[in-house]
Amino acid sequence: MSVTTLAGESQADGARGRSGSSGVSRRRFIGYLVAGPTVIAGAQLWTPSARAAVPTHQPVDRYDLTDLLTDATKPTAHLITVVVNPDGTVSFALPRAEVGQGITTAVAMAIADEMDIALGKVNITLADARPELVWNQLTGGSNSMHSIYTPVRVAAAIARGQLLAAAARTLGTPRAKLSVRDGVIRGPGGRTITYGALARQAAVTKTRRVGTVLKAKHTVVGTPQRRIDAVDIVTGRKRFAMDIEVPGALPTMVCRPPTINGKALAVRNLAQVKAMPGITDVAVIPHTAFVAGGVAVRGKTFGQCIDAIRALDVNWGPGSVDGKSDADVLKDLRAGELPLTPALPGKAIEHAFTFYFRPGDPLETNCAIADVKSGGAEIWSALKSPIYAQEQLAQNLGLSPTQVTVHVTQGGGSFGRHLFADGAFEAAAISQKLGKPVKLMWHRSDNFRQGRVHPMCTSRIRVVHSGANVLSFDQRHTSVATDFTHGLGEILSATFGTLPEGDFLGYSQSVFTLTANVPYNFGPVTQLLNEVYSYDTFNTSSVRNIYSPEVTTATELMVDQAARAMGQDPYRFRRAFLRDARLKAVLNAVAKAGHWGRPMPAGTAQGIAVHSEYKSRGACLMEIDCRRATVDRQVENGYTGPRVTKAVFAVDAGLPINPLGLKAQMMGGMMDGIAQVLSYSLHLKDGHFLEASWDNAYYTRQWNTPPEVKVIVMPATGKHPGGAGELGVAPSMAAVACAYARATGQLPTNFPINHSLPLGFTPYPTVPPIPQSPTNGLSEAF
Amino acid sequence: MATHTFIVNGQRVNVDCEDSIRLLWVLRDLLGIHGPKYGCGLDVCKACTCHINGKAFNPCSVPVSDIQPGDRITTIEGLPDTVGQALHPMQEAWLEFDVAQCGYCQPGQIMAAVALVKEKGSNITEADLDGIRNICRCGTYPRIREAITSAAARM
Repeated sequence: MSVTTLAGESQADGARGRSGSSGVSRRRFIGYLVAGPTVIAGAQLWTPSARAAVPTHQPVDRYDLTDLLTDATKPTAHLITVVVNPDGTVSFALPRAEVGQGITTAVAMAIADEMDIALGKVNITLADARPELVWNQLTGGSNSMHSIYTPVRVAAAIARGQLLAAAARTLGTPRAKLSVRDGVIRGPGGRTITYGALARQAAVTKTRRVGTVLKAKHTVVGTPQRRIDAVDIVTGRKRFAMDIEVPGALPTMVCRPPTINGKALAVRNLAQVKAMPGITDVAVIPHTAFVAGGVAVRGKTFGQCIDAIRALDVNWGPGSVDGKSDADVLKDLRAGELPLTPALPGKAIEHAFTFYFRPGDPLETNCAIADVKSGGAEIWSALKSPIYAQEQLAQNLGLSPTQVTVHVTQGGGSFGRHLFADGAFEAAAISQKLGKPVKLMWHRSDNFRQGRVHPMCTSRIRVVHSGANVLSFDQRHTSVATDFTHGLGEILSATFGTLPEGDFLGYSQSVFTLTANVPYNFGPVTQLLNEVYSYDTFNTSSVRNIYSPEVTTATELMVDQAARAMGQDPYRFRRAFLRDARLKAVLNAVAKAGHWGRPMPAGTAQGIAVHSEYKSRGACLMEIDCRRATVDRQVENGYTGPRVTKAVFAVDAGLPINPLGLKAQMMGGMMDGIAQVLSYSLHLKDGHFLEASWDNAYYTRQWNTPPEVKVIVMPATGKHPGGAGELGVAPSMAAVACAYARATGQLPTNFPINHSLPLGFTPYPTVPPIPQSPTNGLSEAF
Repeated sequence: MATHTFIVNGQRVNVDCEDSIRLLWVLRDLLGIHGPKYGCGLDVCKACTCHINGKAFNPCSVPVSDIQPGDRITTIEGLPDTVGQALHPMQEAWLEFDVAQCGYCQPGQIMAAVALVKEKGSNITEADLDGIRNICRCGTYPRIREAITSAAARM
């Protein structure tokens, strides 16, 4: 037996209240459109200062997506459970996904801190789908630490209190005279007893409510800690979905259509392919709302599946965007753009920016193991919405949810891809059809060409200024629909998204309104979103940081334009107009550490940008080299282009839990930002994406990595952690774009900047849909 | 179908399979060695990087029939044994700099890094680091550079 405590958040949460909220109900804010305050005329002053600037207020200042997601977890926060084991370890089955963001380490730190045990004594596993948690098993919106920090601490504190009470009885000492260190309770006279020794006797037989007080002083939280899975990673022991051995689950892949969302109608050479070496099964898997489908092949090895896919002769039906290319989508986006409000008197600067499709690919492709039998199903996959996956799988398979067990595996990255259960749904459909367990893996080319992407979008901004002030700021963001039909991670809110206008009005507008912000005193600000197409026309998802990278990049480029028009330095202009002390602090930190304004050669420049989201603040300073010699560097089958030579980031995450993990997240955000401005996109042509390999889609590589990188973690500015997983992307992307504009003297308006250059690769064919693996690997050995 | 024999992490293995199957699938699907990861199957992402007779290569792009009976294949699982330690200095450096995020690409990164240092010596240059092709989608590149530079001095 063991001590199990249930965390009732109310006990610890009363003093904190709703961080950042004003007690306004969630419902009232869904679908709330941004509107500026009444028009205020600009004061004519020579020097801009925060006091003289025209104030800006936005609803997102009072209630944001983080508040919404955390509020959604509160009704079930009491179901968070920490277990103390007789061996002195503490176990916690985390109801969130670990996809590299370091949440298992951060949660282990919170438990170790609260319980006074060594970090190494905390075992974190990923919880199977637990439908009773409802909206409390969604990993998204960089919300995990914000939502789970207090419930976890409360559970740990209750466990600690119960162990101390048991120790007091055992040692015959008042509890007040006991102290704890590293899981050893010490009483007067040096008598000791361990947590492990007390685990059984401290257990209760009947659940009851108990109050607790959290520790005031942190010992582990706030200290730099290495990842708890680091040794498993460097030794190759860390197990991802495809590393799990399930009896009979043979390698399985799918031959996919030549255009996005095409359908397999018939196979002309089924018998021939079935007879190929190693192949056990070949079957048409229909394209549905949940299953990409095509022709599934199952075999002894993935290599033989690849051979079979390449041999298949399939009659393909049409896809959802046949014939469409980048220019067609751009035309539709322009037609969908909402009008700007009438301009105030003053000088107007207006620009429109285009951001092309880009992949949402992690390095681990979509994958899952499924074992579907008539009486039940078992699934293994990296899932950020496992409850939704379980409930939808039950519907898809004609089972009850209790007959479907969903195991959440460690994810090899996510970047928004795993909010959906594409791999799991497809694996289950194939397993059911074949009546056999399957280990389904998407090919990399499938992942790029049929997987979920960041939607193409445009952003038009008009800034009106007069004298030393900005009088108004209007942004019209127009995007290909973002698919939010995973809802809040369970099936009711997911299904709501599929209703007419449910995705757009219910989710897209809410997410945009609760995240987009202009952190400057620019007078009346309007930021409006419109989306074109249905959520399932293209395969999209909330790729890391959702709308913010593009919204903020466009905004910060226009801030530089306004500063220039008003004869101001970009840094000092921002400092003067920022309306938030925490943003000013991170801005100042990067300006100082990055030596803002230092003399630089022609063709090189600095860029600086800020962003506020997830109750956190970020600022980034980038230096870029756009000189010919740099741009013209040659790397075989690689894209070089301008190089960011220095990157400095300052992050204020409220209460930093693990500074080392925060640094890693910001670095990753910077690598994304660099790629998204300079090189990383998908070209849509005739209904399919041209990119099919990492040598086609140019994510940041070592030759694009800044030789000098620095991340500053600001001291705690609060008692609660803000979000971090996505925070780094928007300000980094904006800083690269601003640096590029200053280095070249030209405002970039199409992103990434290499998208409109001649293609740097020869596209792979679409039939067969995947390239054959090379055979010359040995000649490349070094 | 033929029997292929070679040495993996110090152990002789015999595998019955078609000649053309790439070694990655022999390791992962037939031998159950999961350290080398699939990331593209095109010799591009380098997530499956292993060593053959001490040199880095990508088993996704080598038919198993190209592997000779005397060839010694080392995967991440066998790397510590090559130096007779619990961990190779490169793995230690990876821990010291807390390089990994999701960890999916890291076995391949480490195997490539070891070969790079063997090839270039202890004074690794920025140009050497720029030449590493392994993808890390989490963007751990700056810490990879630090870890390699540090380990190179100790190897």
